[in-house]
Amino acid sequence: MNLRSIPFSAWVGIAGIALAIFCAVFAPVIAPFGERDVVGDIWLPAGGDFLLGTDNLGRDLLSRLVYGARTTIFVALAATVLSFSLGMLLSFTAAVVGGFTDQFFSRFNDLMMAIPTLIFALVVLAVLPQHLWILILVMAVLDSTRVFRIGRAVALDVAVMEFVEAARLRGEGSLWIIFREILPNTLSPLLAEFGLRFAFSILFLSTLSFLGLGIQPPSADWGGMVKDNKDGIIFGISAALIPGAAIATLAICVNLVVDWLMKRTSSLKGGRGDA
Amino acid sequence: MPEMLSVKNLKIEATSYPPGEPPKVVTLVEGVSFDVEKGKVLGLIGESGAGKSTIGLSALAYGRGGVRITGGQVLLDGKDILTLDKNGIRSIRGARVCYVAQSAAAAFNPAHRLGDQVIEASVRHGIMSREEAKKRALYLFRVLGLPNPETFGDRYPHQVSGGQLQRAMTAMALCPNPELIVFDEPTTALDVTTQIDVLAAIKHAIEETHTAALYITHDLAVVAQISDDIMVLRHGKTVEYGTTKQVIEAPREDYTRALVSVRQTKRDEAADQTGAQLKIEHVSAGYANGFKVLHDVSMHLPKGQTLAIVGESGSGKSTLARVITGLLPPTEGRISFEGKELPRALKGRSNDELRRIQMIYQMADTAMNPRQTVRDIVGRPLSFYFGMHGQKKSERVKELLDQIEMGSRFLDRYPAELSGGQKQRVAIARALAAKPELILCDEPTSALDPLVAEGILNLLLKLQEETAVSYVFITHDIAIVRAIADSVAVMHRGRLVRFGPKSKVLSPPFDDYTDLLLKSVPEMEIGWLERVLKTRRMESAGN
Amino acid sequence: MMESGPLTGPVPTDGSADGTHPRPAELSGVPAKPNPADGEIGGTFWRRFTFRRPLAALILQRLGLSVGLLFAVSLMISGGIEALPGDFATTYLGQSATPQAVENIRKDLGLDKPWTERYLSWLGGAVQGDFGTSWASKNSVGEQIGKRLGNSLFLAFFAALISVPLAVGLGMLAVQFRNRLPDKIINVVSLAAISLPEFFVGYLLIMFFAVKYGIATFPATVYDSMSFTERLSAIALPVATLVLVVLAHMMRMTRAAILNVMSSAYVETAELKGLSAFRIIAKHAAPNAVAPVINVIALNLAYLVVGVVVVEVVFVYPGMGQYMVDAVTVRDMPVVQACGLIFAAFYIFLNMAADILAIIANPRLRHPR
Repeated sequence: MNLRSIPFSAWVGIAGIALAIFCAVFAPVIAPFGERDVVGDIWLPAGGDFLLGTDNLGRDLLSRLVYGARTTIFVALAATVLSFSLGMLLSFTAAVVGGFTDQFFSRFNDLMMAIPTLIFALVVLAVLPQHLWILILVMAVLDSTRVFRIGRAVALDVAVMEFVEAARLRGEGSLWIIFREILPNTLSPLLAEFGLRFAFSILFLSTLSFLGLGIQPPSADWGGMVKDNKDGIIFGISAALIPGAAIATLAICVNLVVDWLMKRTSSLKGGRGDA
Repeated sequence: MPEMLSVKNLKIEATSYPPGEPPKVVTLVEGVSFDVEKGKVLGLIGESGAGKSTIGLSALAYGRGGVRITGGQVLLDGKDILTLDKNGIRSIRGARVCYVAQSAAAAFNPAHRLGDQVIEASVRHGIMSREEAKKRALYLFRVLGLPNPETFGDRYPHQVSGGQLQRAMTAMALCPNPELIVFDEPTTALDVTTQIDVLAAIKHAIEETHTAALYITHDLAVVAQISDDIMVLRHGKTVEYGTTKQVIEAPREDYTRALVSVRQTKRDEAADQTGAQLKIEHVSAGYANGFKVLHDVSMHLPKGQTLAIVGESGSGKSTLARVITGLLPPTEGRISFEGKELPRALKGRSNDELRRIQMIYQMADTAMNPRQTVRDIVGRPLSFYFGMHGQKKSERVKELLDQIEMGSRFLDRYPAELSGGQKQRVAIARALAAKPELILCDEPTSALDPLVAEGILNLLLKLQEETAVSYVFITHDIAIVRAIADSVAVMHRGRLVRFGPKSKVLSPPFDDYTDLLLKSVPEMEIGWLERVLKTRRMESAGN
Repeated sequence: MMESGPLTGPVPTDGSADGTHPRPAELSGVPAKPNPADGEIGGTFWRRFTFRRPLAALILQRLGLSVGLLFAVSLMISGGIEALPGDFATTYLGQSATPQAVENIRKDLGLDKPWTERYLSWLGGAVQGDFGTSWASKNSVGEQIGKRLGNSLFLAFFAALISVPLAVGLGMLAVQFRNRLPDKIINVVSLAAISLPEFFVGYLLIMFFAVKYGIATFPATVYDSMSFTERLSAIALPVATLVLVVLAHMMRMTRAAILNVMSSAYVETAELKGLSAFRIIAKHAAPNAVAPVINVIALNLAYLVVGVVVVEVVFVYPGMGQYMVDAVTVRDMPVVQACGLIFAAFYIFLNMAADILAIIANPRLRHPR
C-alpha cells in the first residue's frame, strides 16, 4: 500500500483517532487529576489550574474527558467487535448455506430491523439490570442486524461468482469457501463497514448515556458528561459542549477514514490490492 | 461526390485513475482518417478496446466519461463540428447525426412511450411538426417490419422484445432524416435468428432513406453484408481501410487476413461414435419456482470425443451443463458416467466423481478468485484431489503451465495481471490439474477476440489428443461446432431438436429450427444476406 | 477506465443473456413471469391476480407484510420482556421488599396471570387505543399518549416541511456541480453533520440562540393554552436541530440517487439527441429519479420519528419521546411497551410507504405487458 495515496482528509481522521486512543490508553498518566476527585468549585471557567474548567460537581473537566475517552472508546469498540463477529458469522453462514437457514436468519433480521434501534434499546434496557457488559451486549446485538444485512449482501455478491461455484464443484467444504474464497474478496467493503459501525456505536453509546441509560455515574464517559453538565447551559456555561465536541470530533475522524476506505473499495473492485 | 463525413487524423485521449497511483493520460485513438459519402455505409471493425465506439461517438462530438477528442478534424458536410460551441453541437446531435446504441433496452427511457421517444428529436429540433413526425415514425415502423406499426408507438420499452427495441432505436435515429447515423454494434446483444431480421431491416431502411452510416461491429461477417467500405482497427489505430470487396476477398494486412480466415481449424469427426462415456437419458429439469427449463433430453458422448451443444439464449444448453455437474439436480431422468449412474445432486457425489468431470466457464474473469495467484489457482486441485504439496506440487503446476503454453513466469501473477486469453488458459490448466476424463466447456471462447479464441480452440484440440479427455462444448457459434465437434446436439426452448454425428446433423434434410439456425449465421461472403432473404421469400411464396 | 476491473471484463455476446436462468427481478417480490410458451397461466386465484395486476398484487403484499411485521413486533415487545430476566415487582419495590409485598404488587399489576393471557388482553386494548394504566402515575397511558403524540407529530411535521425541500434542493445542487467546489463543500459539511450527535447540535443551538442572543426560547415547553404562533416560536430550536440532523443524510442519499439516474444510458441517449440540459433533466432524468428520491425521503422521515426522542429530552418538550425515556428510567412497563409499539408502528408504516411509492413510480410495474 502506498502511503502517499492516502488523501489529506484521511490523515486528519487517522490523527484524530490516534490521539483519542493515546488518551484512552495513557489516561492515568496524562490526566492532571483523578477521574472522580472533586478538586474545586463547580463550573469554574476554563484556564488557571483547570485547563477546561470544572464540572457540575467541581471535578476537573479535562481529566474526566481523558478518562471518558477510555470508557467511550472501550465500550464502543467492544460492542462493534462483538456485533461484527456475530453479524458476519450469521450472514456468511446464511449466504453460504442458503435455503431454510438463510430464510430463517433473514426474516428474523427483518423483524429486528423493523424496530428502530434506539427504541429497541430503550425497551430492552428498561427491563435489564444496569451492567456494563449488558450494555455492550445490547448494543452489539442491535447493531449486528445492520452488519448481518450488509454482510449477507456482500457475501451473496461474491457467492454467486463462478469461482465460488468452481470451488463447490471441486467438492470444497463450506469453511474453505467462506474463508478462502469469499472472505478475502470482501475485506475492503467490510473494513469500511466496520469503521461505519464504530462511528455509529460511539454516537449510540453517547446518546444512551445522555439519556441516562448508558454508562452509570460516577464513571466518566462523554455522553454522560453532557448529561451531567447540561443544566449549566441555561447559565451560559459551556461545560456540556466540550464532551459533546469530543464525541463529534471522534465520529467525524472515523467517518473521514471510512469515506476514504469506501472510495478506495469502489476504485479497487476486484483488483488485487493489499488490503 | 462530396463526403458527408470526413474524419481527419483523429486523436482521442482519456485520463485513467489507477488506484494508488497518480492519474495518467491514455491515448485511445490516434491518426485515424476516413470518409463516408452520402448513401454509403462504412464499417468500423475491431476487437473490444480497439476504439471503434469512441470513434463513432466522435461523429457526434461526444466523449463518454472522461474521454476527450484532442486532435484532428471531424468534418460534417465540410464543416468541422469539433470547433462548434455547445449550442452548435446540440443542433447537430439528434438532427443531422443520430446514434443507435448497442443495448436499446438500456438506451430507451423506461418512463416514456416508444412513440414519443422516437419523434422527440425531430420535434424538438423543429425539423417537423408533431403530426408529421408521427406519420414518419409510422412509415419507419413499417419499413423496419415492426408488428402492429399503428399501435407500436403506444407501448413502453419493457413491453416489447429486444429485437423490436433495436429496430425501434433504428427508427428513432432515422426519424429526423439525418445525414449520418452511427450504428454501435446494433445486433451484438441479439440471438442469431433475431439478428438476421434486424440486420435486414437496417439495411433496407438505409437504402430507403439514402442516409450515410457508420456501422460498428466486431463481426466481420456481419459488416460484410451491410457496408460499402471497411476500416479495420486495432489498439486505436487503422490497420486496413478499403472497399468491402477488397478487404474481404483480398486483405492486405496479416491481421485482417487472420480475421477473414478465422476458424480455419478443422477436424474430421470420429468414425466410431458408438461408445458412451457420458450418457444423458430423458433428463428434465427446472427451477424451484416450478419453471421447467429442460424437457426430456437424451444424448451421449463416447470417450475422448467432443459433443457440441448448440442453441440460442434460452435454449437450455447452459442449464444442461448445470444438470451434468449436479448443481441443478434433474427432476426426471438419469445421467451416467463410465457406466455408473451419477448421484443427482452435487452433495451426493464423491470427490473422485467430482474430479473426473471438470468445467471451464465463459468468463474466465469471474471463474477465478481475483485474490489468488496462478500458483494457488492451479495448485489447489492438486492438493485437494491428490494431496500434493511442496516441491512436487510446484513441479506439477509448472508442467501444467507448460502444457497450456504459458510457462512458469506466470506462477505468481494474479488474474488481473493476465490478458483475457491467458486467463482462459489458466482456467484450462486448473481443469487439467484434476486429471479429468470429461471437461464441460460453457462458451469458453465467446467472450474472447477471434484470434485469441482460435488459439484456445487449438489448445483444447491439442490437449484432447494428448490426454484423450472428452469435451461437452456448449456454444451458440456454428463455426466452432463445424471446427471441433464429433457429435452435435441442437437445442431449442429446452428441448433437444436434433442429435447425431456432426456430418449428419449439419447436412440436409433439416428440421425447421436447425434450418433457420444454420441459415441465420452470417457467412464471410458478400451478398450472403440478400441470398438468404431471397430464398426465404421464395419459400414463403411457395408455401 | 476504458477497461474496467477484471470482474467486469469484455461484454458477453450471447451466453450471459442466457434466459435459462431465472431472471433477477427488478424488485424483490416481483412475480416471475412464466414463459408463455411453457406454462399455462392458471393455478390459484392469487397467481392469476399477480399476473394480471402485478402492481396491485405487490402493494397488497407489502401491506400484508407490514401488518404481519407489526404483529410480530408487538409479540416481541411483550413476549421478549417476559423472557428477559429481572422481576418487575422486585424492581418496583426495591431489593429490600418483603416477599409478601412483592406478591401483593404482582397481583396488583396482573403479573400473576400467564403471559399469553396478558398479551392478548394488552393487544386487544392496544388496537382500541387502550394501553392500560401507568404503574408510576396510575394515569391512563392512552390518554397521555394522545396528547403527547400530537406534540411529537407537530414537531416532526415542521422538521420534515423544512428539511425535505432543502435536502432535495441541495442534492440537486450537488449533482449540478458534481466534483466541483460546491459539491465538495456540501460533501465535507454533510459528512461532518452526520457525525454530530443530536444533543450536541441541540445544546449548541441553545447556547447561541437562546442564551447568548436571546432570540429563541428554552425550554421549548408547549401548553394547551398557547396560540399557534407561540407554539411555532417555541419549537423553532428543536425543529432546527432535527432539520440539521436529518438534512445531511437525506441530501447525500438524494445526490446518490440522482447521480445514478444521470449516468444511465437513456440520459446519454437524450444527450445524443441534442436536447437542452433542462429538458434532459426535467423530461428524462426526473421521472426516473422520483422513485428513489421519494424512497430516500420516506426512509429519512422514519429516522426523524426516532430522532425526536433525543431532541425532546434536550429541549424538555412534552412529546412521546420524553414520555418514553422517563418511563424507562422508572421502569414503568406499560408506558414503555405502548411507546415502543407506537414508534415501531410509525417506523414500519413509513418504510412501507417508501416501498409502495417506489413500486408505484416504477413504469415497468405500472404498465404491465
